[in-house]
Amino acid sequence: MALVKDVCRKVRSKNAGPFWVTIDLFFDGPESFRRYADDPAIGPEAFARLFGADPNLVKRYRVDSLDMVKVSYPRATPQGGVVERDLHCGQQFVRLLDVELASAAS
Amino acid sequence: MTASFTGTVKVLVPTGSLGAGAREEEVQRGIAMGAQVIATDAGSTDSGAAYLALGTSKNNKGAVARDLKIMMRAARDAGIPLVIGTCGQAGGDRNLDWTRDIVLELARELGTTPRIALLYSEQSKEIIKARNAEGRVRPLAPLGELDDATVDDCDHIVAAMGPEPYIAALEAGADIVLGGRTTDTAVIACFPLMKGAPAGPSWHAGKIAECGAVCTVRKVPGSGVMITIDPDGFEIEPLSTVNICTTQSVSGHMLYENSDPFRLYEPGGVLDVTHARYEQLDQRRVRVTGSVWEPQPYTMKLEGASSGQFQTIMLVGIQDPIVLADLNDFHDRMLAICTERVRATIGDEAGDFDISLRIYGWNAVSGDRPDASTPIPREVGVLFVATAATQAMATQIAKACNPAFFHMPMPAHNEMPSYGFPFTPAYIERGPVYEFRLNHVVECDEPGELVRTEWIDLALGKAA
Repeated sequence: MALVKDVCRKVRSKNAGPFWVTIDLFFDGPESFRRYADDPAIGPEAFARLFGADPNLVKRYRVDSLDMVKVSYPRATPQGGVVERDLHCGQQFVRLLDVELASAAS
Repeated sequence: MTASFTGTVKVLVPTGSLGAGAREEEVQRGIAMGAQVIATDAGSTDSGAAYLALGTSKNNKGAVARDLKIMMRAARDAGIPLVIGTCGQAGGDRNLDWTRDIVLELARELGTTPRIALLYSEQSKEIIKARNAEGRVRPLAPLGELDDATVDDCDHIVAAMGPEPYIAALEAGADIVLGGRTTDTAVIACFPLMKGAPAGPSWHAGKIAECGAVCTVRKVPGSGVMITIDPDGFEIEPLSTVNICTTQSVSGHMLYENSDPFRLYEPGGVLDVTHARYEQLDQRRVRVTGSVWEPQPYTMKLEGASSGQFQTIMLVGIQDPIVLADLNDFHDRMLAICTERVRATIGDEAGDFDISLRIYGWNAVSGDRPDASTPIPREVGVLFVATAATQAMATQIAKACNPAFFHMPMPAHNEMPSYGFPFTPAYIERGPVYEFRLNHVVECDEPGELVRTEWIDLALGKAA
């Protein structure tokens, strides 16, 4: 059992246009990447629970050359709407840091 | 054209965004390295819909003029064109005209007489509705089909240009091209494409360089990069002699603000970098090969901004330990009392209003409800946001809530507390809520059919 923050050297989030958010998880090396890249804890259902995203629209990409996983999801509310808390989504990565990755030994 | 391309094209990208701070010494170095064009982007949707809805720039005039002056002087002295996309942050007609006026002022100051092409890509509601009725407007997820009411709600609508209008302007002899809304990549790719450089590397270089030195490792402050496109790929290096490009910093930038790390949808095609190879040439330079451009039917992405309800805000600071001991309860009590005050003192007239309390230092950014084990903060700031149909009503709501927001006691208080207002009057009229309403593409038969090009030839001394 490991937390995202234990096995990633960097996690960042940013708006990708006004309707999407994209989160980059840079793992701390090939071993962690191989072990956790496809972990359901950073999959569509998790993003639905954590961010209110439609799980059918959540996209996950493995970038093997960088030992990183990119997850993109549509914003639950429009950018700059009535209750906006993070216009550029630059703080959204934080709630991923303590997510438990479930994958057993590879 | 591509088959006959044997040379190289050098594009100087002085900064990631006009007004962010180009550096004179970097630009001079790029010129000395043989730059054939200076290209930069001047906007983005990142900062929200207000700049398109209002037609105003995010950056101040002085910052934009400072960068423009460096670029205009360098381009004039070197005899190379200057290309700027998404002028004035949003690239609407008013944003572009604001930038045009700064360029004209600077030209007078510098004593130059450039031929200036202005590429307007703002769209009328009638055109968009007509295209939509023809079935030529398609939604992009997560939005659905477009309806006329949404188009009518927009204050301004722009279509993001590809490189073709820039190429046409450059071929017609423009010294300076100022564009309305344009994809970041197209601004940088247009000159190499015009010269017949291969499309894959040209577009990929455009994407990597669109934020200037963001794709570099900055040991010292740096703003710009130089890209060199050749028949098989491109090379990139920082304009600062101290900073470096690494395969990680360059390939990593393909991830930045992109929802898909491999495929980038552009007007007239898709850039596919799935099989791109990044090679460290020396300590400072990276070479990229294997980028592929897949031509597709031509579309332009639409952006539309609307202004909706109005907001009035108040802010207090709180250090009182009684409040800090149970901030969740404080929030709920305050929200209930404020809502009740609006009902009691304004009633139905308040209409469809919203009151939002954000406790900075506790949970304002996440909106989550911290549990009881969360450490008590030293102090918090509480932002009150009233949203209503008019500015006047939002302010009436804020005023109705003012006494409670200032003095609401918690059960443990044995006398009335007074929280820390930083301003008088306590309320601030924040203006409308601005939102992007479109996430659609419009199909085009020709790349330039939704673009209007105007010329100002200062050599002729009058607008042509």
